[in-house]
Amino acid sequence: MSDLVLLLVTGLGLGALYFIAASGLSLIYGLMGVLNFAHGVFMTAGSYAAWLTMGALPAAWPVAGRLGVGVVAAIALGAVVGLVVEVVLIRPLYRHHIQQVLVTVGLSLAGVAAAQGIWGADPRPVDKPVWMSGTTEVLGARLPNDRFVYLLVALALFGGLLALLHLTRLGLVIRAGVENRTMVEALGINVHRTFTIVFALGGAAAGLAGVLYSQYAGAVSPAQGGSLLIFAFIVVVIGGMGSLTGTAVAAVVVGLVQQLANYYAASGVGDLSVVLLLALVLLLRPTSLKGATA
Amino acid sequence: MSDQNPSVGGDGAVLPVLSLDDVHVRYGGSHILQGVSFDVPATGVTALLGRNGVGKTTTLRSIIGLAPRTGRILLQGREIQGLTTARIVRGGIGYVPEDREVFGGLTVDENLRLVDPVRGVDADVVARLFPDLVPRRAQRAGTLSGGQQQMVALARVLLRENALLLVDEPTKGLAPKLVTEVADVLAEVARTTPVLLVEQNLPLVRRIADRVVVLDAGTVVHRGAAADLVADADLTRELLGVSMRREGAA
Repeated sequence: MSDLVLLLVTGLGLGALYFIAASGLSLIYGLMGVLNFAHGVFMTAGSYAAWLTMGALPAAWPVAGRLGVGVVAAIALGAVVGLVVEVVLIRPLYRHHIQQVLVTVGLSLAGVAAAQGIWGADPRPVDKPVWMSGTTEVLGARLPNDRFVYLLVALALFGGLLALLHLTRLGLVIRAGVENRTMVEALGINVHRTFTIVFALGGAAAGLAGVLYSQYAGAVSPAQGGSLLIFAFIVVVIGGMGSLTGTAVAAVVVGLVQQLANYYAASGVGDLSVVLLLALVLLLRPTSLKGATA
Repeated sequence: MSDQNPSVGGDGAVLPVLSLDDVHVRYGGSHILQGVSFDVPATGVTALLGRNGVGKTTTLRSIIGLAPRTGRILLQGREIQGLTTARIVRGGIGYVPEDREVFGGLTVDENLRLVDPVRGVDADVVARLFPDLVPRRAQRAGTLSGGQQQMVALARVLLRENALLLVDEPTKGLAPKLVTEVADVLAEVARTTPVLLVEQNLPLVRRIADRVVVLDAGTVVHRGAAADLVADADLTRELLGVSMRREGAA
């Protein structure tokens, strides 16, 4: 029983990370039709921004305080990077999907290479607050505290994005744009401004995912964002491109499947199980690729 | 809806609200519009007619920048061909597309609040022209009937001040009773706002249109009074391939 509780909570924690990473990706694809392969670079930028910020702050500060400031820096940098990438690289290429893919893949490769050139390819350890490194006993299982943090952050992000989508004008335009962005423009709405805002939001969420994933891994490394991006893409495809709720459900399912398979089958089978799950979903429900209402 | 006075030229003559001059549209290897030129007067309904596939919908889409085009397009004397679709629409053109294209996942009220964030379904024009939408404010537009969706599409553009309305086949696929209702709405709207109407239903054209422009193979082949065209069975058959006697009532 305690094993199962541990697996469920750690699986949910992993799913929470996947959701945070995938939410921006899903919104960007749903509204703009852009498959953003540079999303991993946004995450890497966030993780390094937090690591550098935490290192620059006085060591006398509590780690939790430095991490809090690091998270703010990661979110801010992610948003700025997203905004600049949209304005400079993506905007001139709307309706040119192949070129978009090439540009974002190129940016992804260049970003990793730049990080390796500056900070080296080896993982750099990050400070972790004492409480997040500890455990809490629930139903006989000793649960890692950091998973609760990831879950709470993911829930807050999910609630915040739902509120944005359903309670604000920007959200109304995004939901309409996910359905038919040409018609949104034909109603006199500047959909390109909305694109920029959504890209910045996606970048901010990616920055947040990057810093939390570095806490999960205990280190920052140039390739970290790329490995998280693979699972984020799987989650987005399973959940339905552009569907925030679908993304949340898919993230939980992927996290749980991965964790349970790793434990009950063998270590490493979790990744394979996720890919098989993706194939199964695509075979049984191919419409998930076509997008759904955010 | 707009109560704007039509544009007046320096010599006091009334200018057309819209002018197309040598407009071409090419999609891939196809030359869809091949030098279309015509004016839309600042009052009443101008019907854009022609057989299927001659470029009527493309003409409307080219006017608001949804089709890649060359040539000059003037709205109230100002060139608009270099503007984005959103700026053209905000500059005074309301567009009701073929097949309505309401946002099916949004409610009726949300569809309207995209254009008028403050009033939405509570706007006076909705209560006056589309009272059936008021009790359906919270219903998803995708679950409405075709006629109700057409009302949403029309109401959506009427929430904004327009110098001109472009309406593409508003009665397509509707039951006769709904065709009459849509015709009534368009006739009412046209009292204050000029309308460029693409329509296949000739009795409806006869009832509400003042002028016609007929396209064939991407060019204008006829301009004139709507009454003259529909009264001339031979000309109607020659230009449109239909006979008024076979058309149903609007």
